Amino acid sequence: MSFRDKLAGEIDDPVLAQALKHFKASVDAWSEAAYSRPRAVVRTARHSWRRAAGWALGCVLAAGSLAGGVYEHYHRQELARIKTMQAAAQEALQARQEAEQSAAASAVTKDQDLLATVDSDVSREVPAAMEPLAQLMDEDGAR
Amino acid sequence: MTARAAEEIAAQEFAGIVETHRPQIFRFLLASLRDIDLAETLTQECFLKAHRSWKHFRGESTALTWLMRIAINLQKDHWRNRRMQFWRHTRSNAVDVDDAGEWLPSGESTVEQQLLAREQVAQVWKAVERLSGRQRTVFLLRYVEERELSEIAQATGLSEGTVKAHLSRALGRVRAELRGTR
Repeated sequence: MSFRDKLAGEIDDPVLAQALKHFKASVDAWSEAAYSRPRAVVRTARHSWRRAAGWALGCVLAAGSLAGGVYEHYHRQELARIKTMQAAAQEALQARQEAEQSAAASAVTKDQDLLATVDSDVSREVPAAMEPLAQLMDEDGAR
Repeated sequence: MTARAAEEIAAQEFAGIVETHRPQIFRFLLASLRDIDLAETLTQECFLKAHRSWKHFRGESTALTWLMRIAINLQKDHWRNRRMQFWRHTRSNAVDVDDAGEWLPSGESTVEQQLLAREQVAQVWKAVERLSGRQRTVFLLRYVEERELSEIAQATGLSEGTVKAHLSRALGRVRAELRGTR
């Protein structure tokens, strides 16, 4: 059973059935003419929206990578500056420690010299008039 | 069979599907939208989508029903997007119902018959314009695409009972328009 026969059985109104038949024939003719016409490439709004989104994303990525590069450069410079400062501080500390050590060593030498001077001063010979008495004291001590 | 050979067979199958069903999908979209450029664009999108998911098509319905379902969804998305873009100045290329009714095959014998046929077509277009989106889709699938009720139910995701109800209301509107009572 064809669709037309089925339609005739489904719709009992002959005017309606005929109108539907004409309607289908009209749509078929219009569609056939439109389908076989030469076609132009149409750029849809959706595609242009996609392109705009692509451009925006590309710009954001480019700006991000540029900012990242600048930040990385600045960060490296900052690290190098901190390292230089730390090395200088360490050198200064080392120099100060060396100076303190040398100062301490010279102080010890000075003390020893002073003690030697005092010792020599204290242990100087008695006057000549007292010499016999000093000898007696030495002899008593030896006994 | 290598994966490449299977892909080639699938591509050939899909090319056959496009060649067979493209005019029908275009006709359905043209009748739904009355806009040739838009119908062409959505037909392209329909086959693009179908191509992307062709490997998932399990053949539970016919290829045409599956394609119709994609086309109906694209059409819905289009109207939804148009509603969302109400603030944007959009130009509609939709053909007027009177102009759409001008198309008639030269099968009618006399001038009177041609005039009567043209008038009837214009009246049907007017009634179709006033139908809800779902009623229009069901009506066009039935009386232009000549699909079975079960196929319409599959394509629209409605039950057969709901399809019948929509068809009955749509036919009532068309009948009223033809009688001039509305």
